[in-house]
Amino acid sequence: MEWETVIGLEIHTQLATRSKIFSGAATAYGAAPNTQACAVDLGLPGVLPVLNKAVVEMAIRFGLAIEAQIAPLSVFARKNYFYPDLPKGYQISQYELPIVGLGRITIELEDGHSKVIGITRAHLEEDAGKSLHEDYHGMTGIDLNRAGTPLLEIVSEPDLRSPAEAVAYMKKIHALVRYLEISDGNMQEGSFRCDANVSVRPKGSHEFGTRTELKNINSFRFVEKAIEYEVERQIEILESGGAVVQETRLFDPDKGETRPMRSKEEAMDYRYFPDPDLLPVEITPEMIEKVRAEMPELPDAKRQRFMADHGLSEYDAGILTASRELADYFEAVARVAGDAKLAANWVMGELTGYLNRENLEIDQAKVSAERLGGLLKRILDNTISGKIAKEVFEAMWAGEGDADEIIERRGLKQITDTSALEAMVDEVIAANPKQVEQFRAGKEKVLGFFVGQIMKATQGKANPAQVNQLLREKLKGN
Amino acid sequence: MSLDKHEVERIAHLARLEIDPAAVPEYARNLSNILDLVDQLDAADTEGVEPMAHPLEARQRLREDVVTETDQRERFQAIAPQVEDGLYLVPRVIE
Amino acid sequence: MHDKNLTELAAGLRAGDFSSEELTRACLERIAAHDGELNSFITVDEERALEQAQAADRRLAAGEAGPLTGIPVAQKDIFCTDGVLTTCASRMLENFVAPYSATVVEKFDAAGAVMIGKTNMDEFAMGSSNETSYYGPVRNPWNPDTVPGGSSGGSAAAVAARLVPAATGTDTGGSIRQPAALCGVTGLKPTYGRVSRWGMIAFASSLDQGGPIARSAEDAALLLGVMAGFDERDSTAIDRPVPDYTATLDDDIRGLKIGLPKEYFGEGLEAGVARAVEAALDEYRRLGAEVVEISLPHTHLAVPAYYVVAPAECSSNLSRFDGVRFGHRCENPEDLEDLYKRSRGEGFGDEVKRRIMIGTYALSAGYYDAYYLKAQKVRRLIRDDFARAFEQVDVIMGPTTPSPAFRLGEKTDDPITMYLSDIYTIAVNLAGLPGLSLPAGFVDGLPVGLQIIGNDFEEARLLNVAHQYQQVTDHHKCIPSGFE
Repeated sequence: MEWETVIGLEIHTQLATRSKIFSGAATAYGAAPNTQACAVDLGLPGVLPVLNKAVVEMAIRFGLAIEAQIAPLSVFARKNYFYPDLPKGYQISQYELPIVGLGRITIELEDGHSKVIGITRAHLEEDAGKSLHEDYHGMTGIDLNRAGTPLLEIVSEPDLRSPAEAVAYMKKIHALVRYLEISDGNMQEGSFRCDANVSVRPKGSHEFGTRTELKNINSFRFVEKAIEYEVERQIEILESGGAVVQETRLFDPDKGETRPMRSKEEAMDYRYFPDPDLLPVEITPEMIEKVRAEMPELPDAKRQRFMADHGLSEYDAGILTASRELADYFEAVARVAGDAKLAANWVMGELTGYLNRENLEIDQAKVSAERLGGLLKRILDNTISGKIAKEVFEAMWAGEGDADEIIERRGLKQITDTSALEAMVDEVIAANPKQVEQFRAGKEKVLGFFVGQIMKATQGKANPAQVNQLLREKLKGN
Repeated sequence: MSLDKHEVERIAHLARLEIDPAAVPEYARNLSNILDLVDQLDAADTEGVEPMAHPLEARQRLREDVVTETDQRERFQAIAPQVEDGLYLVPRVIE
Repeated sequence: MHDKNLTELAAGLRAGDFSSEELTRACLERIAAHDGELNSFITVDEERALEQAQAADRRLAAGEAGPLTGIPVAQKDIFCTDGVLTTCASRMLENFVAPYSATVVEKFDAAGAVMIGKTNMDEFAMGSSNETSYYGPVRNPWNPDTVPGGSSGGSAAAVAARLVPAATGTDTGGSIRQPAALCGVTGLKPTYGRVSRWGMIAFASSLDQGGPIARSAEDAALLLGVMAGFDERDSTAIDRPVPDYTATLDDDIRGLKIGLPKEYFGEGLEAGVARAVEAALDEYRRLGAEVVEISLPHTHLAVPAYYVVAPAECSSNLSRFDGVRFGHRCENPEDLEDLYKRSRGEGFGDEVKRRIMIGTYALSAGYYDAYYLKAQKVRRLIRDDFARAFEQVDVIMGPTTPSPAFRLGEKTDDPITMYLSDIYTIAVNLAGLPGLSLPAGFVDGLPVGLQIIGNDFEEARLLNVAHQYQQVTDHHKCIPSGFE
């Protein structure tokens, strides 16, 4: 039988606020255990939550970006369960009235098509702490620094049909939250993670199969692998006449497989009810307009603009807007250089090559956008050739300074002195009568041989266009 | 509404309360009586009535995103049952 | 000294008739002499009290004193007090020295009041007789065989016995007004949101409200002036100016329209209590008030709705007591579940467990709509009843409790009978309104309370109306025998 995979993702993204969602404790990553857990985060007796304004504004920003309804009135609810990383015995979340309602986002697929994915809702909640399983005399250590960090939980419709689509969607949301500056999206630090609801059904069926929930996946690769594994597992069960059990499973990256989560074995009864310590959150049209006015440019709009203003192809514009950092880098290069196409070629070519080779992200590039722009300027004003520029780029990457310093130090400036070049051209022509003969007989290709000779003699420092012109004049002349 | 022994045990588990098995029948009786009292609500006509979560129709106030709390771990952990290296210790958690 | 009201004490301190230290020592002596019998205090922090008294004396000497500077006040042990044991009368918090103070406590500190100690109460404020305290029951000073009411029983008994001039309480379903009635003192539950709940250990968040327990409305006015006010740490605190509650105490109440809910005078009300209330109403008529009958048709649903809303909220609020970060932890837990179940099973008493279980049940899958949502709707019906009534009348009056103090142990085996002792007070919490209980006479030597209910934020009017009555009556001045 042919099977169809049905996937919905719940993405948890930490919001990049200074303080926590309901307390004034810092959210910075990496502090010593429990030094950023205040009385509210610890759930000590008598403490109360007060909602962080920035969190609400960030949620609105996200809602606008996915063209969703922003709820005029949204409510925080308590999700009750006992777990040591959950200090109050309940998580403050949103249940019936989330802040962001139905929205959508378009993903681009590998075959060049695009697909609209529905986003059911996005709601605010507080993160839990962390359990450290290193052995403390057979006990577990609890660090509550992360408790109370704001999270936006983005719930997709079950619109995704393959692990690849799931990854494309996750990447798109990842790029979006970074564009919106509402999250640093750092997956290693757990700022961006997801749960995947996975089921399979016979192709053509309209009923959903029984789903399993894969918990806490924190990389694009793992999402793909976990779903792939889970789909295969479910198909195997179904094809051998079994039934998929609805359960929560954990992905083990080392083994590349999923297994049932022990702590979630019993059916959870979360006893949601509106949090009586918090009041309904009212979002006025004025608040929405204020956020809208401060919205950064979104990826799709940026792509259109790159095509219109910089004359880039759709493909190039797509690549350069894949992340906000890359787009910003490109624009800075283009601004300094004054030539967007050249900037695009260099960013997508040389720069991306170096980054890939060293497995670096754009914000870790060893050549700043200003320096790359400065280099391109020297190509454009004929100080150096494109080929020499690659040498200069390599030196810049190695930390030898900016383009002008390197060109100066290494004496890479093009020879633009016509009389010096003329002398060299005369010399080459005189030394190669056979080739001169061939050229004059109409064999244009031979011109390349003469250019090569000049370049060799000048160690590439001659201006190719100028050399070409002089050669033609001299060869045709006489 | 009357609760049986099994139901009392289920609720006690959900609430993570150890109840002496001998006391379960007494709990079942008392809780059932309370639920009988509560069942008087059934008689109320609440058709079209908006649920009221708070006495006052106030709206949530929003806090500026400012860090106001400083590290008080020592103070807070002085009252903790078991800590080590700044961590709260609990019996092993299995995920 | 113990017979002076707050105004007189403040005057005495300013005049230098006595110092705060002397006054504080006098209180401590009375507590030492009488509290063995009453058990109204869980903690008396003599050293801290004397330090505060000396600081107050310096403030008095510097001429920087406010109306409560130097005056001993007892805090219900539900308010967190920085560096002082805060138990909520529970074994769960037997070892809990709070690392911060409640806003209410900070406000008293800032006013220069002396915190004499922490008063006994029903465990986690769940009870109407003070018999659920882990620290043992409090006795009613009017008759040691009877209960003082609850949950703020320790505060009411201590004020009634003149161990302390004033105390704080909290009221979720009558926990200030009912013990005030049973002990013959004046207690005020303010409008929900008037007094900050920060640092006040939550029982049912949408119902809890702190307020004063005092000898008179005049004293209560001074105390409320200190306690009330906006607090940015409490999302449910209302940002609204605090009036000078003492400024309007002497306002004339001629023409005041008093509503008597007919539902408050039906079955279950003891004849003696009804007579005392009638007599108080006659007094008001003499003061020029007009008394009219009104109806609060959903009154009978208040207790059922309360026993869904309050347990539901409490079941969640008390989940934080899990033996991990503070409070009681069982010996040698086998595993995580054992840690939770035994720590909580050992730490909480029966009534607390019952309420957690009722609330857990009411919120659990399949029951939410039938119980919690239904109760929330009934809650609105109850509030609407009051709103309609306040279109006709200025205040509502009736008995605070159906009977005077009952005997210790009389109702402990039957939670329902116990719950019904709050039948007249509970609706006020569901509606969020302010309510006050004041002494209105005696039945067989036991005090009877008159309840006055006001519209939102009408505390000043309640205090004015109560004060006018206390200007022409002496019930609030009566002292139980043995404590004169």
